[in-house]
Amino acid sequence: MATDWRPTASIETLRERARLLTEVRAFFAERGVLEVETPVLGHGGSTDVLLASLSLEATTPAGCERLWLQTSPEFHMKRLLAAGSGPVFQLARSFRDGEVGRRHNIEFTMLEWYRPGYSLEALIAETTALIHVVLGRDPGPLRQRRYRELFREVLGFDPFGVELDTLRRIAGVRGGLDMGAAERDDCLDLLMSLVVEPELGRDGLDVVVDYPASQAALARRHRDPEDGEWVASRFEVYLEGVELANGYDELTDAEEQRQRFDEDNVARRRLGLPEVDVDRRLLAALAHGMPAGSGVALGIDRLIQLALGRASVAEVIAFATPNC
Amino acid sequence: MRHTSHKGAGLESPSIRFLRVESLLRRADHSRGNMASYSTNEFKGGLKVMLDGDPCSIVENEFVKPGKGQAFNRVKLRNLITGRVWERTFKSGESLEGADVVDLEMEYLYNDGDMWYFMKTDGSFEQYAVEKKALGDTLKWLKEQVAYTVTLWNDNAISVTPPNFIELEVVETDPGLKGDTAQGGSKPATLSSGAVVRVPLFINQGEVLKVDTRSGEYVSRA
Repeated sequence: MATDWRPTASIETLRERARLLTEVRAFFAERGVLEVETPVLGHGGSTDVLLASLSLEATTPAGCERLWLQTSPEFHMKRLLAAGSGPVFQLARSFRDGEVGRRHNIEFTMLEWYRPGYSLEALIAETTALIHVVLGRDPGPLRQRRYRELFREVLGFDPFGVELDTLRRIAGVRGGLDMGAAERDDCLDLLMSLVVEPELGRDGLDVVVDYPASQAALARRHRDPEDGEWVASRFEVYLEGVELANGYDELTDAEEQRQRFDEDNVARRRLGLPEVDVDRRLLAALAHGMPAGSGVALGIDRLIQLALGRASVAEVIAFATPNC
Repeated sequence: MRHTSHKGAGLESPSIRFLRVESLLRRADHSRGNMASYSTNEFKGGLKVMLDGDPCSIVENEFVKPGKGQAFNRVKLRNLITGRVWERTFKSGESLEGADVVDLEMEYLYNDGDMWYFMKTDGSFEQYAVEKKALGDTLKWLKEQVAYTVTLWNDNAISVTPPNFIELEVVETDPGLKGDTAQGGSKPATLSSGAVVRVPLFINQGEVLKVDTRSGEYVSRA
């Protein structure tokens, strides 16, 4: 069989992609958000237990060092914020090992931006405006859905109150696999991916808010007004069953950030996963002081895929992972 | 020896008998394979794996993952024994044992009332005995000296696929209507293999027809 050297996206699609990226840049230029470029490599990586980081060994003035391919430009951009950059955006190449599929590619482009002083509500409004521009059409009404309400509506139970055994049984039946020893969040993730997500973003944009506190990652936490349960101050945007963006009311407390990194690495050890070097420079930047505000990461490949009506991200990326 | 070679067709020889017993015995013995195992990220259409003790062929593999959540693979697999399609979810990184499944071209020889015998077309003259269950619907498309695709699992035949088109003789149908070669209308005809197909009214007993085995429809006179 001849070696398949051809691009996975047609040349016409790449022209369309370039045009849409120009519109993204114009959107931020109009709003006074500075475009930045930060390194793909860093001394620290994402400790997130559910992200697999790639790393390499580089020869630097310090000798042979392990450097991490960034899973998103977050840490470097936050260091810019701490240095007084004001609002910044970036179209950043990001890397997540093992993620290949209709909506995933190991190397992908993240559109990430930060808005010092913005509330989550203000950032949700700006994110939907950006989506509208790239889609080139009105995505329909915007619906804000609380994570908890969503599970009650679609699955008929309270994701916060449900007994773990009941949750495992429901997840096992829905997924057709044994979830008997699974963690609470794994069960919720399974149900979110298989049952809830496909229903989201039909005839409109769904913005899911108030995630379980255990899924806060780098977001602040606040108390649920219903019963005082802790929830994560983050949102996700869904269109046509596809998760497009993930926004946080950003954690600015260096000590809490250090704790979360350390907890991740403890969990990594327990699960037999490789530990990831903690980004000490990010912690130092937070200790120095990062302005409070909100930030969001949007999978621009996916949004372009939806805008152009393509079946997979591979069709809007010049050379997708299997073919790179 | 899993099977044996023997020249000539149509003879109920001791070696064939041996093959059959051996083949049935091996059925209970398949778990001792030493196939490689495959992780979810290696699941591709057509990969043969073991699931719940049955060999399966991967039809589709979809990677699903919330941005900050556990990754799963939704996998559709065809059970090669029953033909049914299963949908299962796996945690990404889980693996399944490979299944020793091969498709081989074999010529149909004869049946002894109990088993159906096929011979490899690679010049080795190796023969395989096939059970009725494995033949399934292909039973009604059997014709001697025609090549079929025989699917082997651990060297046992688990299914037989007929060629897309096959030529068979009409053994029974109502008499043909002379001159009626263009009009519509059809009638049932029984073919030499036992299949009953709808044929145009002008077809006569003794004629050889080309039939599409996938749809079971008449194509033309051969």
